[in-house]
Amino acid sequence: MSDTQSNTIRFVAQTQIPPAPPPASETGPVKWMRENLFSSIPNAILSVISVAIIVYAVVSIAPWFIHSVWVADSLAQCREIDTGACFAVINERFNQFIFGFYPSDAYWRPILAFLLLIVAAAPVLASHLPRRLLAFTAAYPMLCYFLIFGGSIWGPLLVMASFPLAFYVFRFVNDHGGPLGGLLAAAVALIVWLMFIVDPLSGLIADLIPIGLPRVETRLVGGFLLTLIIGIVGIAGSFPIGILLALGRQSGLFIVKTICVGFIEFIRGVPLITLLFVASTLLNYFLPPGTNFDLLVRVLILVVLFASAYMAEVIRGGLAALPKGQYEAADALGLDYWMATRLIIMPQALKISIPGIVNTFIGLFKDTTLVSVIAMFDPLGVIAPIRADQNWNGIVWELYGFVALFFFICCFGMSRYSQYLERKLKTDHR
Amino acid sequence: MAATTDPHSSESFRLGMLLYDTRYRSVTIQIIALVLFMLALGWLVSNTISNLEALGKTFGFGFLWTPAGYDINQQLIEYQNTDSNARAAMLGILNTLLIAVMGCVTATLLGVVAGVLRLSNNWVVARLMTIYVEGFRNVPVLIWILIFAAAINESLPAPNAFRGDDAESSMVLGSMAFTNRGFYVPEPLFSRSLGTLDIGGYFGISLDLVLFVAALAAGIWGAKRLGAQATRKQAATGERPHTFWPSVGLIVIPPVVVLVALGFHLGYPELRGFNFRGGIHMRDSLIALWLALSLYTGAFIAEIVRAGILAVSRGQTEAASALGMRPSWTMRLIILPQAMRIIIPPLISNYLNLTKNSSLAIAVGYMDATGTLGGITLNQTGREMECLLLLMAFYLIVSLTISVFMNIYNERMKLKER
Amino acid sequence: MQKSVFFGTIAAAGLLAGMASAATLEDVKARGTLNCGVATGVPGFAFTDASGEWDGFDVAVCRAVAAAVLGDGKKVNFVPTTGKTRFTALASGEVDMLARNTTWTYSRDVDLKFTFVGVNYYDGQGFMVRKDLGVTSAKELDGATVCIQTGTTTELNLADYFRINGMSYEPVPIETNAEAQQKYLANACDVYTTDASGLAATRATFETPADHIILPEIISKEPLGPLVRQGDDQWADIVRWTFNALVIAEELGVTSANVVEMSKAPTNNPEINRMLGTEGEYGAMMGLDKEWAVKAIAAGGNYGEIFERNIGEKTPIGLARGLNAQWTQGGLLYAPPFR
Repeated sequence: MSDTQSNTIRFVAQTQIPPAPPPASETGPVKWMRENLFSSIPNAILSVISVAIIVYAVVSIAPWFIHSVWVADSLAQCREIDTGACFAVINERFNQFIFGFYPSDAYWRPILAFLLLIVAAAPVLASHLPRRLLAFTAAYPMLCYFLIFGGSIWGPLLVMASFPLAFYVFRFVNDHGGPLGGLLAAAVALIVWLMFIVDPLSGLIADLIPIGLPRVETRLVGGFLLTLIIGIVGIAGSFPIGILLALGRQSGLFIVKTICVGFIEFIRGVPLITLLFVASTLLNYFLPPGTNFDLLVRVLILVVLFASAYMAEVIRGGLAALPKGQYEAADALGLDYWMATRLIIMPQALKISIPGIVNTFIGLFKDTTLVSVIAMFDPLGVIAPIRADQNWNGIVWELYGFVALFFFICCFGMSRYSQYLERKLKTDHR
Repeated sequence: MAATTDPHSSESFRLGMLLYDTRYRSVTIQIIALVLFMLALGWLVSNTISNLEALGKTFGFGFLWTPAGYDINQQLIEYQNTDSNARAAMLGILNTLLIAVMGCVTATLLGVVAGVLRLSNNWVVARLMTIYVEGFRNVPVLIWILIFAAAINESLPAPNAFRGDDAESSMVLGSMAFTNRGFYVPEPLFSRSLGTLDIGGYFGISLDLVLFVAALAAGIWGAKRLGAQATRKQAATGERPHTFWPSVGLIVIPPVVVLVALGFHLGYPELRGFNFRGGIHMRDSLIALWLALSLYTGAFIAEIVRAGILAVSRGQTEAASALGMRPSWTMRLIILPQAMRIIIPPLISNYLNLTKNSSLAIAVGYMDATGTLGGITLNQTGREMECLLLLMAFYLIVSLTISVFMNIYNERMKLKER
Repeated sequence: MQKSVFFGTIAAAGLLAGMASAATLEDVKARGTLNCGVATGVPGFAFTDASGEWDGFDVAVCRAVAAAVLGDGKKVNFVPTTGKTRFTALASGEVDMLARNTTWTYSRDVDLKFTFVGVNYYDGQGFMVRKDLGVTSAKELDGATVCIQTGTTTELNLADYFRINGMSYEPVPIETNAEAQQKYLANACDVYTTDASGLAATRATFETPADHIILPEIISKEPLGPLVRQGDDQWADIVRWTFNALVIAEELGVTSANVVEMSKAPTNNPEINRMLGTEGEYGAMMGLDKEWAVKAIAAGGNYGEIFERNIGEKTPIGLARGLNAQWTQGGLLYAPPFR
């Protein structure tokens, strides 16, 4: 047999031929470039232009960084040392950028508050942590207020005590007189407690057992600390108001709906800067004669109102995205409106709206820079006096670049987080 | 009332039914809400009244008709410092609208280009656009405005650098000057101008401009007619006559004729005294605001455009090519109409955001509505309440107008389903 | 205070009844500090030193009032205000008085309902240009780009001056002195205009002050003075006479060095005796103690001392007394007699 084979077939491969490498044009960087950069003439032109832009940018910026100066007392001194950027100004004023004019011996307080913020935010952001941590989250605002602004500890403690107080009053009356009476009693107890008891009582205890931190004037709080305070208070305060507004806008009650729509559209229709002007010039007119809130408090009130209108729209989106069957199923189970909302609708609607909420927060975080226009010392507000200082007169890029970089890192990080959430929540649903 | 028409009217009406009976509950809640709302409103108003009284202030808009007394640099309509505060506010409003329109146009162009390029197969271009989009989106617009203003002020030459025979700087193309006080570009002038048309003594509209626009509109209308005729002929005979050159002629010739008839020529800026004179002066504040708003909003629009194109499913493209459509037709007839439906609503809300963000003009001294009505007039007259009310009303009117258009559009574009 | 503010907020009602317009004196005494509105930063007039303490010519008025009312010139809560926020801060009760280069005008006095209690600096609006422009008079400024602070009388004066002289100009409105300074130095405007004292103060901070000149024309009267809300005459009297006491003290030779000595026993000048409380009950007439003027003068010295220390010829700002000399020296300072 082998003979016939050897006769009829001239050549039989005994071993496999080693594979030849593909031609140079079909492999490696060349192929990649052909496919991704030079697939057509317009594409090639675009690539060349883009590369030229990148090269130009790098060539013009790199020396500026390479020859940068980190330690100097003034711009003139910087120029003597080297030709590049004068980051010495950031170095010298770093604390002002972070804390504003906060007393330097008390820097540990905002730092501790920030670290605790991470603990408080953890159970909200990551769902697998124990639910018990949420109690700390609830107590956090008062703790943070105490740490940053100081004063006697008893005031914040007594305010914290109002949550269990309201809860137990509700439970007690609920058992005897039904849920509505319970709610009413809890609300009355809360108002009486906060408005008439806390202030004198805390003063009384403070006289007996004085525990507290030195008070820090709100005017001294500035820099990124101020940005964080405004951003976080804005988003936390707007959350409950936003939920109520969204429910009001979705409800069938004509008057409630009209009020909610009017409020939301008004706030969304005017620029934030006009609302900040209201905070800085008009708000005192709207309050009873003699009340005088400090500027930070007035700004916070307006920022919360501003953010809640946007928050309401985000949550409304979540409510609208919920299949109608969920509402009908809740009705079919015989749940009343509040039970259906609390147990069926809101958990799902909020889950859908989390990416939107994060986006609202990013927007609000960026908008906090506007307070520099009404003479508050946020990072942008800190820049103006530095530029006017004769030592640093003429410095521009280093200062704005530093603040811009800070905002970029924060906002970019948050937007990535929101995209991650979006993907994660999507798979849960499909 | 409801109780008497109720079939169960035999049951006696108890007060508790107002709360626990679903028939009455919604009414009760609404009335409580209304009363609370009214109380809150009344409380605010009465506080305001007593506060104003305590300060001896009055509330009124009479100050609008008193002379403003201050000067405004960018004037779209005639204005002197002896004119009224109302006219100064009007100037500011026009400046706001100008920056809003300029910003929207450039932001759209930038956004569409960046959005499409970000989807391109070209690796470098796509990455570059990603850097642009993420870079601008994640930094507050106020910082961008200040950065651009500082860039112009600190890095461009002052006008006196253009002075002398061996000046440090020279004009671009001999007709444009880029200084740290703004850009000076040639302006269109007419040697046989028709003058301006006065409307109620308040606005003047240049008749030259009106004529030019009319000629252009007539040309476009004619070209459209030509196109429609060609389509009819194609439908009847199957042959489409060539209409490209005739329609170009129709669009171009009438405006050109008008320009020649009016004696069109360019007025060049010239360095005289402290500054350049003549030409159009685009101030540093306008440029900084315009660039920052366009680039910032453009980054958002790019994302919208990208999302809109990605949202059209691949099956649509495949179905179109299965029908034998050319790629350009697929884009024009299949993808774009569907993508537009997704793109337009968020696009319009971005226009709205841009208009609202233009109020940050005060940071660079651009005299928009916030700078005049909410700035200098407020300071000089001390009428915070009235000025801020008017300012908010203006922005509210603008945004409500835009929302109305958006709703009309949404209604028309709604998918007609079952 | 902070606490009540906070609880007021969370209760969202803030039923802290009180009176803003009347009885400022009681409010200040109850609070223990004087809320004084000052400029955000004008060298020599109101500025913070390295340790964050406020100092300056205007600030000294606040300290004198605090010393007269509370007995301690340090018990002042300084509230920085811009040209835009100053009047609302005063009107809304956020500050008890404003000691900030504010011009006394008819409409501010009458229409905005404030009471100007006196003039602590007679000023006028001037122009600063860089020397290499070769300009020697404001009349040569036709077509110039002018930086102005918005919300001030300078803005209106400027408009009037150029209109009257038939010249054109390009206004560049700016919010704060710092921004204006930075724009002027970047050559984004040819001229910077504000009160002549402010120009001198600003020029003093430049790297090379000699490269800039202040033009000779003074185009307006700018009587700058402290002001309070209208309607509380007692408080207005306190601020007015505290300031007058500083002026009279200079006139009569009472200084921070000798005031305590002089107040121990009556001197042979009855006016000094009345003012320093060694004769009569003049302090009680406006609700203060006997020693009020002594404390006010001891806090920062008399008018002349305050002037020399903050803005006088020996300081970098280097202002001459000029119009602000005593009437006996040919100036305009003429305090009513203390009797």
